[in-house]
Amino acid sequence: MSRLITRRNFLRSSAVAGSGLVLAGCDQFNFLGDKSNPVRHVMEQANVLTYRAQRALIGDQALAREYSASEIRQGMKPNGSVEPSTPEYMFLRMQNFEPYRLTVKGMVEREVSFSLAELRNMPSRSQITRHDCVEGWSCIAKWTGTPLGPILDMAGVKPQARFCVYHCYDNIQRTLTGDILYYESSDLVDAYHPQTILSYGLNDAVLPVSNGAPIRLRIERALGYKQPKYLHTIELVDDLSPFGQGKGGYWPDNGYDWYGGI
Amino acid sequence: MSDATELPDSKGPLIYRQSIWTRVTHWVWAICLFFLLLTGLQIFNAHPALYIGNESGFEYENAILEIGAVNSAEGPRGRTILFGNTFDTTGVLGMSGDAARPTFTAFPGAVTIPSYRDLGTGRVVHFFFGWIFVATMLIWFVASFINGHIRRDIVPKPADIAGVPRDVAAHATLRFRHGRSYGPLQKLSYFTVFFILFPLIVATGLTMSPGMDTAWPWLLDIFGGRQTARTIHFTVMLLLVAFFIIHIIMVFAAGPINELRSMVTGWYRASPGTPGAEGDRP
Repeated sequence: MSRLITRRNFLRSSAVAGSGLVLAGCDQFNFLGDKSNPVRHVMEQANVLTYRAQRALIGDQALAREYSASEIRQGMKPNGSVEPSTPEYMFLRMQNFEPYRLTVKGMVEREVSFSLAELRNMPSRSQITRHDCVEGWSCIAKWTGTPLGPILDMAGVKPQARFCVYHCYDNIQRTLTGDILYYESSDLVDAYHPQTILSYGLNDAVLPVSNGAPIRLRIERALGYKQPKYLHTIELVDDLSPFGQGKGGYWPDNGYDWYGGI
Repeated sequence: MSDATELPDSKGPLIYRQSIWTRVTHWVWAICLFFLLLTGLQIFNAHPALYIGNESGFEYENAILEIGAVNSAEGPRGRTILFGNTFDTTGVLGMSGDAARPTFTAFPGAVTIPSYRDLGTGRVVHFFFGWIFVATMLIWFVASFINGHIRRDIVPKPADIAGVPRDVAAHATLRFRHGRSYGPLQKLSYFTVFFILFPLIVATGLTMSPGMDTAWPWLLDIFGGRQTARTIHFTVMLLLVAFFIIHIIMVFAAGPINELRSMVTGWYRASPGTPGAEGDRP
């Protein structure tokens, strides 16, 4: 008797549970996509926690894993902007980047700028690292460039500076009201990290346009969107809010976390 | 009249079986896993393929799963490739929704948060609940170690292993004994979830973080590279979903009111014949 009821209940209840599962997704949680929603603000604090926890755990100098040459099995996948179309960039590209200059400005003792030839003549570093895209894919490539730390020292970073803002040539998004240019930022720990280089070489060749020519920054302990391509100016600041929508980068402005280490 | 003497026997004792730590962590996990699953599928949709090794093979083959859409003579179709076998998954994977205006995402919007494509939001919600999930795990391990829940109810003893065949037979005929502790299959499944699947899904999740790979490079070695870790993360998710489905079925099969009550109030009605103990209620 009791078993009969159990079975009938079991079947009936399973059907109810099953239909509940189908309803699970839907649209009830789409409000979390609204960047002004207070619940989202609370949840975003988890990213601050991740940033602090990883900074405390990793230390300032620990290096991202470097791979052997035999582990480069394919070309570096280009992603995002692959061919900037701003007049400034197209002019530079036509001139084979001869007039290009990288500028360091903002909260520095002296504003400095370097041509591509000057950057290439400085001590360089090559590293075979894994590029981790926020989408989930990864790709191993060899990057060659000038370490950023000594360049910042040449400019003399003022004590009140807290972040580097990286300004780029590429119009990542083209809107009715004009182009939105890519920018990113990092703290000074990432900027001074030994593997943070102003990269001009990829897999023993000149960095191609699709991968960020003439200069692409590498911050190897972070995801791909923290590796700005087509870099032209590094600005030292104590506050990220005046740039873009105030979140410290094009993708952070679009809802990605600023730290980008996970 | 004779019922009066039988009645106490037909009902086992009401025992206090689930501590407050077990109950609270249970429900917090339930909420976390719901959001982690639905935002995880959102994140997966950003690059719906799984690989073995350190990197994604764009110029060589190391994918074991690819979900996408292709054009065919009768229009676009959802297509899933698993271990080299191609399946038409139109309507479920790769292509779903209204036939007139289909959406081309790996997993349909009905099982992702948000329902539309939004990797940034998926990650915000995933990591928020990831932190709560891990904190809850730590609380559960400490509390359950101290109060004896792990030793008493979770870790299978030799007698439990020996009792597996009998328990399988009992499950097959839906004849359950509700005792003070869990049955052999319950112990084995909870042990697997707590001591294998939960630590594994957290560790493989961390392996996908370039920051964590720098802090703990051994993560890459034990899981065989970032992409293998991602594949394991996904596979453990499937196992946890399977556990959840069986868990719910078993709750209904074993008596949903009693099972739910024990997970809300802690009090559980044991089977008739269960020896009484101090603190039991009639």
